[in-house]
Amino acid sequence: MTKLVTDVICPFCGTLCDDIIVKVSDDGKQILEVENACAIGAEKFLHAQSPDRITRPRMKQENGEWKEVTYEEAAKYTAKILCDAKKPLMYGWSSTSCEAQSTGHMIAEKVGGIVDNTATVCHGPSLIAVHDVGIPSCTLGEVKNRADRIVFWGCNPAHAHPRHMSRYSIFPRGFFTVKGQKSRKIIVVDPRPTDTASLADMHVQVEQGRDYELLDALRVAFKGEELPDMIAGVPKEKVYELAELLKEGRFVTIFFGMGVTHSLGKNHNIDIAIAVTADLNKYTKASIIPMRGHYNVTGSGQVLGWQFGFPFCVDLSRGFARYNPGETSSNDLLQRGEVDASFVIGSDPGSHFPFKSVKKIYDLPSVCIDPHMTPTAAVSKCHVPVALVGIEVAGSCYRMDNVPIESRKVVDAPEGMLTDAEFLEMVLEEVNKIKGAAA
Amino acid sequence: METVTITITKQPELFLEAECFIPDALAGKTAEEIAELPVHIGRTTEKVGDYFTVQGAAGATAEETKLVLNGDFSRVKYIGSKMTAGEVVVNGDADMYVGAWMKGGKITVNGSIGHFAATSMEGGEIHVTGNAGNYLAASYRGDWRGMKGGRIVVDGNVGSDCGTFMVGGEIVVGGNIDVHVMTHADGGKVVIKGNAKSRLGGQASRGEMYVFGTVDVMMPGYKFAREEELEVEGQKAVFAVYNGDLGERHPTRKGETIYAKLYLKK
Repeated sequence: MTKLVTDVICPFCGTLCDDIIVKVSDDGKQILEVENACAIGAEKFLHAQSPDRITRPRMKQENGEWKEVTYEEAAKYTAKILCDAKKPLMYGWSSTSCEAQSTGHMIAEKVGGIVDNTATVCHGPSLIAVHDVGIPSCTLGEVKNRADRIVFWGCNPAHAHPRHMSRYSIFPRGFFTVKGQKSRKIIVVDPRPTDTASLADMHVQVEQGRDYELLDALRVAFKGEELPDMIAGVPKEKVYELAELLKEGRFVTIFFGMGVTHSLGKNHNIDIAIAVTADLNKYTKASIIPMRGHYNVTGSGQVLGWQFGFPFCVDLSRGFARYNPGETSSNDLLQRGEVDASFVIGSDPGSHFPFKSVKKIYDLPSVCIDPHMTPTAAVSKCHVPVALVGIEVAGSCYRMDNVPIESRKVVDAPEGMLTDAEFLEMVLEEVNKIKGAAA
Repeated sequence: METVTITITKQPELFLEAECFIPDALAGKTAEEIAELPVHIGRTTEKVGDYFTVQGAAGATAEETKLVLNGDFSRVKYIGSKMTAGEVVVNGDADMYVGAWMKGGKITVNGSIGHFAATSMEGGEIHVTGNAGNYLAASYRGDWRGMKGGRIVVDGNVGSDCGTFMVGGEIVVGGNIDVHVMTHADGGKVVIKGNAKSRLGGQASRGEMYVFGTVDVMMPGYKFAREEELEVEGQKAVFAVYNGDLGERHPTRKGETIYAKLYLKK
């Protein structure tokens, strides 16, 4: 006999699909099948069952080999390197629950750490732009039910957010979008002919790194002012056509991704895309939504925001919160040599950061808290595997449109494994002991 | 004017935050008292004397105090930050936030400076003989009022995001400049004697940019208006004048729209 667990939340990407059905064995210990999830999401559930899963913390020995240690020993080591450091970097947070993040921030406050999440190499520039000009946004539910003009600018959901298009943006039949895809015009702005672009009614092949110019041209076109013949590799006629197409819509939504946040200009590209959205609101209704990556990177920004007032790059070293991406951002800190310990949770900078930064993590006293064996775990001195949030433990998460969703527990974690919230509680206790002894 | 000379004797392992390296914080203090002032490395607080030797004494007020910093200060932040009067001379390189939120006085750096120098500067003078980093005279994150006044001269090159949200004051760049100059500006003036890359005056509503060299990519929102003969920074030349950013909202005066202006030397 098998059991079906319904309405499961997928802890993979920022779309946070909430309709997953998981078939588990009768004793509730084994995941057998995953329905409704995309290939990446299903793989995450199934990988929890992997026989080669690491279930106990490990410390790297001098000869480079791992030695199994207890969670108590790992917590002691973590607390010690954080307390010994003058400025420890505490990076990641995006693939864990808001509850674990909150406990982690208490540790950061005690040790004077820097809390930075994966937005630093992802949608951080979007957050900077939001500080500068605000953001007219909406929920994905509104997109599904209302939007008849969808713009994908510098993002490729066909590969990065596989179910985004079927659940919210292209195919679903909504209250005012009863004909699904036929109710909508899809516009893709991307230098490459991506799989998402193949579904578009209009593909604008912008010259790589010239998005700012094209967005500026759109603003000029909205006003009916004169444009030069070619802008960013796009003829002016096409820019005017796009401007009209957007103005004619009843509800425009712009989705954007790494193609604009991490190409030339970074935050300025988002800043002007928000200005385009604001301009469109003079003619119709328009909103803009970042395609957030990790399933709870939005939650990390939320928790940091309500606790310290800033959504990432929070420097607590002086006892009060300071913020300035470019100075307090992980890669700048690592590459400039501004930090003296590395603590990574729920992210894999070993895969995402430039080599120079990863080398620095390798050189520093370091801890990696991650259910999986990752490149970051490989370069760290201590690896602490934990239960998977959203599969083996419940926890709060925020979807890319800032809607909080409580993730569910499906199966038990392998015996004796702690959750990251539990492990962080242990570290906090050890930190309190060290700080108490020092006082 | 009394002079305090601070010489670096030991490079910090991490970076040092020295908010006290301004005439305002030193005024009225002896060399011994200055050596006891706090500097910060991460969560620890140490003393000026741990890393520097201090000679001379400060004047009674900031106006009467000159601070001379000798050595490599490329791991020291906040030099001259928030100063209101007096003088600071750095004989060497300096790190981030040189003259940030500065209100008055003069800073001379015989070397190069890091990022975020002159953040939201309000007044005074900065002269850098070397290069400056990114975000020179830009606003602090989220502030729509950047540099308000004062004058900055950089003999070398300047990084990206110079003069973001600038509303007043002037910046003269002797060398080349990276992308995004005077983005969102609503006043102020930037003179570039070398070459510029792209995105000059994007989303700017007012302000003036003068370029003596070349511009790699023009903003589509800038439109040629006329030619003008002008004297800029002691050099007479004919400039092509462009109005922009046409996509942005602009104020009007006596019925005429006021634009940001880009002057390109012919």
